Amino acid sequence: MANTQLPPADPEPSLNRVDGRLKVTGAATYSAEYPIDNLAHAVLITSTIAKGRITTINAKPAEAAPGVLAVISHRNTPGVPAYPPVKQPAERAPVGTAFRVFYDELIYFSGQPVALVVAQTLEQAQQAASLVEIDYQTETHQTDFVANRSKAAIAANVQRNKTSPFQDYDRGDPDAMPSAEVKMEATYTIPTQHHQPLEPHAIIAVWEADDKLTVYDKNQGVKSAQGNLAQAFKLPRENVKVNAQFIGGAFGSGIRVWPHTVAAVLAAKQVRRPVKLVLGRELMFTSVGYRPFTEQKIAMGATKTGILTAIRHEGIGQTSAYEEHLERTILATRAMYACLNVSTRYRLLNLDVNTPTWMRGPGDATGMFALESALDELAFALQLDPLELRLRNHADADPERNLPWSAKSLKECYRMGSEQFGWKNRKPEPRSMQVDGMLVGYGMASSLYGFHRHPSKAKAMMQADGSVVVQSATMDIGPGTGTAMTQIAARILGVSPQKVRFDLGDSSLPDAPGQNGSATIPSVGSAVHDACKALKNKLLILGASMPGSILSSAWPDEIVIRNGRIYPTAESRSSVSYTDILKYHKLPQVEMTEESKSGPERDQYSMYSFGCHFVEVQVSPVTGEVRVKRVVTCADVGKIINYKTARSQSIGGVVGGIGMALMEESVMDHRYGRYVTSDFASYHIPVHADIPQIEVFFVDQPDVHVNPIGAKGLGEIAIVGVAAAVANAVFHATGKRVRELPITVDKLV
Amino acid sequence: MKPFEYVRPSTLQEAIDLVVSNPKAQFIAGGTNLIDLMKHGIAAPEKLVDINHLPLKKIEKRDGFLRIGALVLNSEVASHKRVLDKHPLLVQALHAGASGQLRNMATVGGNLLQRTRCPYFYDRAFPCNKRVPGSGCGALGGINRMHAIFGVPVKPNPRSCIAVHPSDLSVALSALEATVWVLGPRGERQIPMADFHRLPNNRPEQDTTLSNGELITAVEIPDAVFPKHVHYLKVRDRASYAFALVSVAAALDIDQNRIKTARLAMGGVAHKPWRLFEAEKMLTGQVASETVFRQAAEVAMQGARAFEHNAYKLSVAPNVIVQALKIAAGLS
Repeated sequence: MANTQLPPADPEPSLNRVDGRLKVTGAATYSAEYPIDNLAHAVLITSTIAKGRITTINAKPAEAAPGVLAVISHRNTPGVPAYPPVKQPAERAPVGTAFRVFYDELIYFSGQPVALVVAQTLEQAQQAASLVEIDYQTETHQTDFVANRSKAAIAANVQRNKTSPFQDYDRGDPDAMPSAEVKMEATYTIPTQHHQPLEPHAIIAVWEADDKLTVYDKNQGVKSAQGNLAQAFKLPRENVKVNAQFIGGAFGSGIRVWPHTVAAVLAAKQVRRPVKLVLGRELMFTSVGYRPFTEQKIAMGATKTGILTAIRHEGIGQTSAYEEHLERTILATRAMYACLNVSTRYRLLNLDVNTPTWMRGPGDATGMFALESALDELAFALQLDPLELRLRNHADADPERNLPWSAKSLKECYRMGSEQFGWKNRKPEPRSMQVDGMLVGYGMASSLYGFHRHPSKAKAMMQADGSVVVQSATMDIGPGTGTAMTQIAARILGVSPQKVRFDLGDSSLPDAPGQNGSATIPSVGSAVHDACKALKNKLLILGASMPGSILSSAWPDEIVIRNGRIYPTAESRSSVSYTDILKYHKLPQVEMTEESKSGPERDQYSMYSFGCHFVEVQVSPVTGEVRVKRVVTCADVGKIINYKTARSQSIGGVVGGIGMALMEESVMDHRYGRYVTSDFASYHIPVHADIPQIEVFFVDQPDVHVNPIGAKGLGEIAIVGVAAAVANAVFHATGKRVRELPITVDKLV
Repeated sequence: MKPFEYVRPSTLQEAIDLVVSNPKAQFIAGGTNLIDLMKHGIAAPEKLVDINHLPLKKIEKRDGFLRIGALVLNSEVASHKRVLDKHPLLVQALHAGASGQLRNMATVGGNLLQRTRCPYFYDRAFPCNKRVPGSGCGALGGINRMHAIFGVPVKPNPRSCIAVHPSDLSVALSALEATVWVLGPRGERQIPMADFHRLPNNRPEQDTTLSNGELITAVEIPDAVFPKHVHYLKVRDRASYAFALVSVAAALDIDQNRIKTARLAMGGVAHKPWRLFEAEKMLTGQVASETVFRQAAEVAMQGARAFEHNAYKLSVAPNVIVQALKIAAGLS
């Protein structure tokens, strides 16, 4: 409705980050930075062998070193209360057992925590750690995926659970593949890759009383960390407080509570002082999970006109000897394209390594690298444009669940992306485009990511001065959660975003899921929406009950609120403010807490985000070096809450995808079962010079079926498919198909 | 990190005396490598002799030479007018190395004394003959994608080492036939760049021919015969801040298309900057052309040997030599 008297409903669709200034001025406090009195410093000592047992620990020289408070190991710790009693002799934990820190003498992987030195200062702890002598008895270890591939099997976890999505899956006609007119088959490999956020994992553990624990811990879910620590140390949940207000990136490394966190809490208990533990960069390779080494075989059959008639997708993922880490690797293939005959298989390979974990776009980034590379190979075999092949096999409904999509604008993404990129200028033949002696390649890939929404609570409070505080125990690992939530609250309550404060990262706040699975905006955003709406309604009722109130005869649908002033209709000249209402009722504040969760719509619609990426690379025919020159990325993630932070998130995903495609690889020397790339000099992530202009486009239409705000998650889909788009561009540039990431010089010369 | 004593001598002589009198003392300048090594427990000096304030910070024009003090920062060299005008190869090599932040800390002398980035050297859980002589070479039968193809043992022995020298600047200095000036307990001496770094020769713990207590005071570069036809080409895993897989410093003195003098050195291929003397000889007197460059590259690659993961260097290196020469000669 046009009304010039009123300020616009959404004055700042690209609101700057509410905590941006704190972050760039160094005023934001990260986990390791809390000033705590009487703080002791810990240094972790880790195993140098991959499998075997500790035979001796000589801690005497370290214990005698200046400032040392304790050298903690399985030899001298009373242990974590929830661990079962140690067996004599020690027995290897059965598969399915989370790693127990300082539990017994057994070694499961190289880099396993074996002792912790606690001292007055960090320097003293480091020096003492170098004095601890540990002897091992080694056993034969297996860390080589390729050499052990034949041992891959259906996960025990899946065998027990007949409804697991990782069960063998077959739909349609098993003879469709053999009888296909055109066929392709190939094997794709991604190496182990590590999250390596710039901020290392860190914890300060403080026992406030014998049964009361506070931790400042880098993680992605204060509530799950609270539950985990309460369980491990047998404490009432409410006696554990977890604070993680600022996180310097995580990408999945902070979803679980890892052994080092438990070790620091244990140490603080033992030395009866607050203890700080920060992981060094090299420990970040063995302490907080990784994207698992995965091998995938894809076979595709199609008609000569490019209609998919059969897809078979088999994946084998690496996991540890003690836990089964499953990820979505093969699942996207069932839903992505309209193909009647689809089979998937998923196997796990247990190796003597630490357990992998979810890393941005877990499983889907891996699986879509294979699927979208395979589709490019098929397009080449068919002599069909890769985009056209995707259009011909577009799934108008979910072929796996036989349900309508809640919303899907993938075709619009293809259209926008191809136009913005100039896809029509692509010459079909590989090696056919050159500039300045460089081979030029255009590649594209689709992306998708499932919609996740978890029950979430938020509390919204209107203060007497008209300012708003909204709280939820959600997280911000970088996407700008606080900013987006501030906007949602401001829009509903009709106040300026500057009037809103959003609190997060504190386990004492209302229950919310951790930040993972691109679920924060859909889940917590909905809770903030609901809580603010409830608060607004309550305030309107209070307002209407004031004597002679202009609101008493107003229709709720016609009420307009701007800058904290409530107008009965958009044409009204008179208004009443929130502060007037609270003042009249003599209330210091009014608050509402709401829980928001999915309903029956989950069974009526199939819910995904979709998107696509277009990439131009240049490859030097002389050196084999690949440089990405241009990326256009498009996504349909429903309503965009904040265009600026959403764009940043998409750019970050593309950067991660470029790293995945061209450089990230954790290389292990299998003779030792130990990584040889444990620093930033050898584990390459993109630097600025590797990143070209990245253009981001959103469909920005609300998905009305998923939640009250119409918004889906963006974090994962931003990376899913990027590696395939790069690999496809490299093929187009060079005529060489690299199926083993990363695509490095040695694979192209 | 092991506790250490920190001293700031006021003269060069005092600095040298301090290091000579204590075998566990070490000079420190920019510290961009030494501090890392200390954190990893690879270097554990009892005493750090800080030389940063000593008067080795000048770039001076001398008769027939440009003299660059050992404490001149990498970034200062790369932005110095005379260096830009007369020795562009140095500038290219410096810009190809490290990052802006590191170049602002790292000194010329320190750059020459960088230790290898071989992962087996850096992780004390692995054997490494350079770190612990006689413990074995982890890279030899391990992951050796980054490792040497020249000056490597035909028959590995318990003292072998196949690590490469990481410096880009040293490769350019080598091609420019720079001289390293050194002051030590027995006075001053000059070491030609070609003799400054060593091949492992069963003593890989020794990177250079410096004796204990000797301090680099300057690097001298003969006046440019190569202000124009030069190029430093570095192949790496990402566009910046990565060590060379293979790099080539090419410098040509060309008169009417005929090569009067050629200088070539490679990085990322040996335990030291690898001068391509035979290829240089071959190029001398020839008319610059891709064919000739290709022949020179063939000559240059003679004697190269690959290991399990670095055979690609045998294919990439000759291409890089040809490309660097073409760009230097203005043919590309």
